[in-house]
Amino acid sequence: MTDRAAATFVARRLGVLGAVLAKPSGAFGVGIVALHLVLALFGPLFVPYDYAQQNVDTMMLAPSAEHWFGTDRLGRDVFTRTVLGGREAIVISTLATVIAMAWGGFLGIFLALVGGRIDEIIMRGVDAMLSLPWVLTVMIFVTALGTSSSVLVPVLGFSYGLAVIRIARSAALDFVARDFILAAQARGERRWTIVIRELLPNVRDALSVEAAMQWSWMILGFSSLSFLGFGVAPPTPDWGLMISDSRGLMAVAPWTVLWPMAALSTLVIGINLAADAFAKVLGVDRTRKVPGQ
Amino acid sequence: MNAAPLLAVEHLTIATAGPHGVPIVDDVSLQLDAGATLGIAGESGCGKSTLLLAIMSITRTGLVHRAGICRFDGLSLFDATERELERIRGSRIALIPQNAGTALTPTIRVGDQIDESLKLHTDLDRKQRQQRIVELLDAVHLPTPATLARRFPHELSGGQLQRVAIAMALAAEPVLLLLDEPTTGLDVTTQLGILDLLVELRRRTGVAMVCVSHDLGVIARLSDRMMVMYAGQSVEEAPTSSLLRRPAHPYARSLIASIPRLSVGAIPAAIPGRPPAPGSAPAGCRFAPRCTKAAAICIAAAPPLSEIEPGARAACHFPDTAPLIWPAAEGHSKHESASSKPLLAIDDLVVSYARHGLIERTMRRPTGANAVDHVELSLHPGEILGLVGESGSGKSTILRAIAGLWPALDGEIRFAGKYDLDRPAATRERSVLRAIQLVFQNPDASLNPRHTVREILAQPLRLYFNLSRAAMAYRMSSLLRDVRLDDGYLDRYPAQLSGGERQRIAIARAYAAEPDILLCDEITSALDVSVQASILHLLRDLSGSRGTACILVSHDLAVVQALADRIAVLYRGRLVELGPAKGVCAAPAHPYTQALIAAVLEPDPDHDAGRVPAPRERDDRVSAGCPYAGRCSIRIERCFEEMPHWHDVATGQMARCIMLPGAVGAL
Amino acid sequence: MIRLILQRLGAAGVTLIIICIMVFAAVEVMPGDACTAFLGRDAKGTILEKCQLERGLDRPALERFGEWAGGMIQGDLGMSMNRNKPIEDIVGWRLRNTVILAATATLFGVPIALLLGVIAGLRRDRPVDLILSSIAIFSMTIPEFVSATFLILIFSITLGWTSGVVTASYNAPALDLVASTALPTAALSLILIAHILRMVRSSVIDVMESDFVLMARLKGVPFRQIVWRHVLPNSLLPTINVIGLTIAWLLGGMVVVETVFNYPGLGRLAVDAVSDRDLPLIQTIAIILGSVYILTNLAADLVSLLLNPKLRTYRT
Repeated sequence: MTDRAAATFVARRLGVLGAVLAKPSGAFGVGIVALHLVLALFGPLFVPYDYAQQNVDTMMLAPSAEHWFGTDRLGRDVFTRTVLGGREAIVISTLATVIAMAWGGFLGIFLALVGGRIDEIIMRGVDAMLSLPWVLTVMIFVTALGTSSSVLVPVLGFSYGLAVIRIARSAALDFVARDFILAAQARGERRWTIVIRELLPNVRDALSVEAAMQWSWMILGFSSLSFLGFGVAPPTPDWGLMISDSRGLMAVAPWTVLWPMAALSTLVIGINLAADAFAKVLGVDRTRKVPGQ
Repeated sequence: MNAAPLLAVEHLTIATAGPHGVPIVDDVSLQLDAGATLGIAGESGCGKSTLLLAIMSITRTGLVHRAGICRFDGLSLFDATERELERIRGSRIALIPQNAGTALTPTIRVGDQIDESLKLHTDLDRKQRQQRIVELLDAVHLPTPATLARRFPHELSGGQLQRVAIAMALAAEPVLLLLDEPTTGLDVTTQLGILDLLVELRRRTGVAMVCVSHDLGVIARLSDRMMVMYAGQSVEEAPTSSLLRRPAHPYARSLIASIPRLSVGAIPAAIPGRPPAPGSAPAGCRFAPRCTKAAAICIAAAPPLSEIEPGARAACHFPDTAPLIWPAAEGHSKHESASSKPLLAIDDLVVSYARHGLIERTMRRPTGANAVDHVELSLHPGEILGLVGESGSGKSTILRAIAGLWPALDGEIRFAGKYDLDRPAATRERSVLRAIQLVFQNPDASLNPRHTVREILAQPLRLYFNLSRAAMAYRMSSLLRDVRLDDGYLDRYPAQLSGGERQRIAIARAYAAEPDILLCDEITSALDVSVQASILHLLRDLSGSRGTACILVSHDLAVVQALADRIAVLYRGRLVELGPAKGVCAAPAHPYTQALIAAVLEPDPDHDAGRVPAPRERDDRVSAGCPYAGRCSIRIERCFEEMPHWHDVATGQMARCIMLPGAVGAL
Repeated sequence: MIRLILQRLGAAGVTLIIICIMVFAAVEVMPGDACTAFLGRDAKGTILEKCQLERGLDRPALERFGEWAGGMIQGDLGMSMNRNKPIEDIVGWRLRNTVILAATATLFGVPIALLLGVIAGLRRDRPVDLILSSIAIFSMTIPEFVSATFLILIFSITLGWTSGVVTASYNAPALDLVASTALPTAALSLILIAHILRMVRSSVIDVMESDFVLMARLKGVPFRQIVWRHVLPNSLLPTINVIGLTIAWLLGGMVVVETVFNYPGLGRLAVDAVSDRDLPLIQTIAIILGSVYILTNLAADLVSLLLNPKLRTYRT
């Protein structure tokens, strides 16, 4: 890439971010996500209490100056635990998203270009796997292998990657039939050159938006697993686990569930708003999609 | 002219919505008397279709009516209530859409769609309506109207759908018909049938018509008066015959002059530059930047539309009054090919898109219709060969087979006498790949939207030549110069170029490989006519100066004739006539070639397109013999049974038809 | 037409077979087997050997697969690890309960979703649309366990209208169950409505912009009739498949919702099975839910095949 082309490229990227931030919903979404990332990154530096410190004297206190978000049934500070409760989810879901996008995106584009029998057979298999609800796929693995993060990351990455295959494939299919791919074939370009130079730049936008959406679903998925008890082990703070832990006390101490609920929801909504804004700016149509796929 | 006109549009302005809306139709006025016809001509984006919809008081999403009135039969349409408009639309004014395929509702039977109009606008009872539907479908010459009425739109062909749309428009016997590019997208012979039908309807019913088209030939046939639009404005309005003969406005003159004509046989003159984008029109005359006669006043002040002679108005400070003179055929020496050895020899080529099972493949047995059926052709060095036919004739398929993008089922393609082009592109030698280059129909699709012009041009250079950085840069700028562009284009993306500029880049990319053979697949049909001429000039100059041989595929005989040395005519995958361009166009021998040439619409008021009997509507009888037998107007039974042999009709010209004098005996 | 139907049926059958193979193979490929999962990774000695012998785990995988698949066809789903009784006895009632919940949510949610989606699409970018679309995005993005917990907090704890957990036993009469499913139904419908609403809205908008709707206006067809005859059939047809997929997708959400409300369905059974490390049981549940998904999609496919003239008049 020449310097000028590189400059155009950078300008385009900056222009996209600028256009996203110019939209109220985009700015709001990007802002929330940024705030969450900052909290997850620097949270341990400023939280007022130890997240695991139990204290019989401070059980189920309502929010006060001392405990901004109150305390839970073991007397732990809810503010501390809420600030730190996203760390596990964010780290695991980010890693799993990278895995899902990498193998799903790659295979999808490849299948679109190759077509024919290979494409037909593999897609039949992918469709079959997709007809198992992802929770159950994950649950089979978790039963057999346990719930450590070294199991969850590849398992989440694998099962969400199945959906990415379909998306990447259909995004690439839009371009495979175009004449510029034919032109490259007629010129005698290698298949790899065509995937990387001709196809990838065109599906990049669709896949970036998709990555953001996958990330938000991954966070939801991971939190659901922790809620069901298959995620992180106590006493590590985690929103899903905190909600399921304190659910029984909702009548007497609603703050113990409300704060983690708010934290999780804002993060996921923030990602969605940002992704929607990016999709609009980049001209990617996401409205006609099947949920979870 | 005392009575009020049927339709009067005054100072109409339609603009994009929003506080900074830019006008798409800008201060346009027109009048139409009952039973009269008006044609509106202009290139894409000039606002003609928007104007047509506005006559029915409809604007597409994103556009708003800004100013002006539209009075139909005394009623001001922009002030009318939705109720009043519903009563007029479809009953007194009806519109025939550009593409009936998308304008008919897919889930409703075509008969029921006509019935919807009848129910809304007539008092007929159910039984009478059913009868009327059949009458209407019969009136537009559709076969078996009663069964056809029960079909869904996707079950009909393009020509049939267009006829259904016409029947639907006529359902409530309107007094004004609006036609929005009524034949665009149809094959030329189908187009001719639709136009004949419209002329016949007008004669029979006396309905008034406003016809919008980019094709001056269509307007010449359908309208008595015409108007030329440029950048949202009307620049000239006059009786059709006098406007076509003596256009006064420089834009109208250049537009008419830029149309290739069969009767002239030379590449027409192009209009330099491009029309202004909406909102960026210059303050003075909008055509001034592209006008050869522009003076200071043209840039300073917009000329009003004023009368230049009785019944004719033009918006120009210096209107022309002289008749348009056709440039005589330029003395560009066409290529002599008889002696040299062919560069490309196609022998008995068969190509099929049908999926072949193992059995068919091993037996080499063709299944069903082949896209290309036993075609023989040769191309000599430096020669330009035109390949002509309607959609589905297999002309583009031949190019794909040569380029190695689709495998041949049978036959042989030989390059330079030694290379067998039987292999797909991916496994061909670099030198062979370099020698054969392809230019596609639509540059929007053939240029990667994410690559700059620099990357686009670099690809073939990198692939075929081992060049230093400096040599590469030098080659790129000389290529851009060759296609009349400059280095400023190098860092632009295709979206930042006009359609014509994109096609120039696509041509430059092909020439970057320094090919021996250039395959051109309908390279001008996605472009406006004024741009088309400049691309044709470019192609002729480049191939002339470098001695590149070309295969030029087009559905437009006039385009092919202007450029080609020889012409090959294809019908349903079969070659039916082959010969020198001049000879084939002047004295076509095969009935299909004759029909094709008769169907070419010259923008000439005196042009008569009825010299030969029109082809029949499709006859689905399977023909084991001549592929054209089903539609041929002079066929005999034998045509269905045996494939005629080649028969020489003149020097170098031959055709395959048993009805040629002397041909029967030759069998 | 008949050929198309047979094609769809065949494809569904193939998918089902693939699922069975994959669910079986996944467990084979992973380290350990049903017994090590149940007894713990480090289990050794006679208990393990006895368990493996009892379940025939010493035999080759292919042989066991044949037996397993053959048994399934005859309705013999094998033995549960923990409860040591035939899986079909455990699963039967729960499947009924899950179907009841899913059906209630569908019958309640789909009509509302279609109605609101059409309204939002026809009133594009007006206040109604903006409000509906925002609510839809909101309820799509928050996880089921959050919205379900929130519903309990409001309707059960604060307002006291209904009980927060389902107390009916797993083999209670269907009507008793339906009576106590208000909150789970609401939690499930919320997401269902959100997804379908978005889909219907964009489909309606596309059709409203189409040439044939413009043509209908040019014919003088009144707005109401344009909507009923031209817009609705063409915009709702493509959403039938999507509705099928969304309902099927709901099955995943059932696992969480059933757990939150303590509803005695397959989802909660699956959670229990994981806690019990009961691999055979969870495999069976996966296959059952997979089959429900396939059947729902098949039904949606066939319905749209029957309603869509383009497919119905397809000639081969």
